[in-house]
Amino acid sequence: MHLLRFIAGRLVVYALVIVFALTVLFFVPRLGPTDPVEAMLAKVASQGAYMDPAQVDKLRQSLIDTFGLGGSLWEQYGAFVNRIVFSADFGPSLSMYPTPVMELIWNALPWTFGLLLSSTLIAWILGNFVGLLSGWRPNSNSSRVMEGIAICLYPIPYYILALVLSILFSYVWKIFPLTTTIRGAPWSWELVSSIVWNSFLPAMSIVIVVFGWWVISVKAQTSALKEEEFARYARLKGLSDGRILTAYILPNALLPQITFLALQIGLMFNGSLITEILFDYPGLGLLIYTAVLQGDFNLLMGTISLSVIAVATATMIIDLIYPLLDPRIRHR
Amino acid sequence: MRSFFTHAPFRLYLGLLLLAVCIVVGGILPWLAPGDPLVWYSAPRNQNPSGAYWLGTTSLGQDVFWLLTYALRNSIILGLIVAGLSTVIGVFLGLAAGYAGGWLDRVLSFFMDALLCIPTLPILILMAALFGGQLALPIVGLLLVVFNWPYPARQVRAVALTMREREFINVAWFSGESSSRILIRHIFPYIAGWSAANFINTVLVGISTESALAVIGLSSAQQATLGTMIYWAINYQALLGGKYVWIGSPVVAIVLLFIGLFLVSSGLSMQSAAKRMSV
Repeated sequence: MHLLRFIAGRLVVYALVIVFALTVLFFVPRLGPTDPVEAMLAKVASQGAYMDPAQVDKLRQSLIDTFGLGGSLWEQYGAFVNRIVFSADFGPSLSMYPTPVMELIWNALPWTFGLLLSSTLIAWILGNFVGLLSGWRPNSNSSRVMEGIAICLYPIPYYILALVLSILFSYVWKIFPLTTTIRGAPWSWELVSSIVWNSFLPAMSIVIVVFGWWVISVKAQTSALKEEEFARYARLKGLSDGRILTAYILPNALLPQITFLALQIGLMFNGSLITEILFDYPGLGLLIYTAVLQGDFNLLMGTISLSVIAVATATMIIDLIYPLLDPRIRHR
Repeated sequence: MRSFFTHAPFRLYLGLLLLAVCIVVGGILPWLAPGDPLVWYSAPRNQNPSGAYWLGTTSLGQDVFWLLTYALRNSIILGLIVAGLSTVIGVFLGLAAGYAGGWLDRVLSFFMDALLCIPTLPILILMAALFGGQLALPIVGLLLVVFNWPYPARQVRAVALTMREREFINVAWFSGESSSRILIRHIFPYIAGWSAANFINTVLVGISTESALAVIGLSSAQQATLGTMIYWAINYQALLGGKYVWIGSPVVAIVLLFIGLFLVSSGLSMQSAAKRMSV
């Protein structure tokens, strides 16, 4: 019963956060000194495309719909929320007319999701392994060296590391491809290896940075936990080091990491956007960049709204499951 | 001050050293520049590093070394202003929320949680794209403050909440001290060390986010920052032309600056944790 009330309370907060995010997105185009619709029309005109007045009017109407600029402010807001939340419809893409924006997003989403998920997972496993081992003997030389490396890697932004990796491994030593080209028939081995090969450097740029963080935090956790009473008891009981590490210390070191993940998802998403752009990786980041370059405002609004909502949702989900995983927290 | 230096961890020294180098390059050297390095064709184009042009020149005829000093200066100023405003606002609102409690706490906490959930970069990209493809540095700074004050605020609120229950606060309260005096004299010293660490961290986040925006060409083109330098280098095919120094120098500067900032920030928080333990 307490649990239900807790979850319900969380969901209410989540709904409020989404409404807040939508409100921010709603007001951003209205804050600026220029009218985005006219700016967009001017951009189309400057690209040299001739349009007769009827076409211009049609385009203006479509843009007004996109930004929800028709009617009173309240009507605009209602229509805006309705379009995003209930119909998830952002209209046709203007640069790849008439493909719907949602179709482009659905095609890009697995790439971004796959990149983030696989690199987070790899970094998490590696980081926990190295962090546990170096936390077990925090003053040994190898542990200090490991921490030193981690400290130098963690503060580097993803896109800088992506840049360095692409300079080193695509320009200087031409090992990995410079831009992403995926080829191969569906479900073939060639396709899989092409995806792995092309995703390697973008994924590495995220893996290395996140790995640095896991090592730093897991090491600190482990070296504190192994001095705790329960760890000492396990040692006095005559358990092996490996068993104390995996069965006693690891579960306790894992819990705080979940909170960290909640705080980092936004940053990692930011990072993956730029990394994708630098490597021409066909995910959401590249789609946003295309939208910016082409002045495709339908696509821009769609991708940005969706990524804001996705990150907010992921953060809230982690926030929600954390207390469920930790048996020490009781819901009263 | 003496105890600060004897007890400070090694990483704090190393970080301060790196920061000192960055501040000399970005804070003092720009005054000595022979001219505005941003001006195109103020130097011969595509030079390799030499005695006259220490880091070579760009394809636009700019001296990379002096451009780098200007870029470092602008990035550091942006980071400092963002971090300063975010910390002041965050500490103030965090104290208010934690100390006052009630509906004020609930409203402020909601805004903190909500802003922490929203990714900054997409919003910045959206604004840049809508307003002519570029955002001026003050606007970038302002937006970064809006998205960064919740970090210190949340932490300060948590500290303030536990503070209310502490014995020495009760003593101060019952001996008739005013709440503002309790805040300043007793609670603030507690959060000062942590706030300093967070301040440095926010400098890092601010510079990093602006650079991310700049690397894809959406930050100001009128001002050199570390990110815009990278953008121009990529845009003019510095890599294909083998001009690694042009693109490498802002990259190295960012890496050194960020490692320095991180070392100082984590050194400071280690130190304030150690101080709390010893009390």
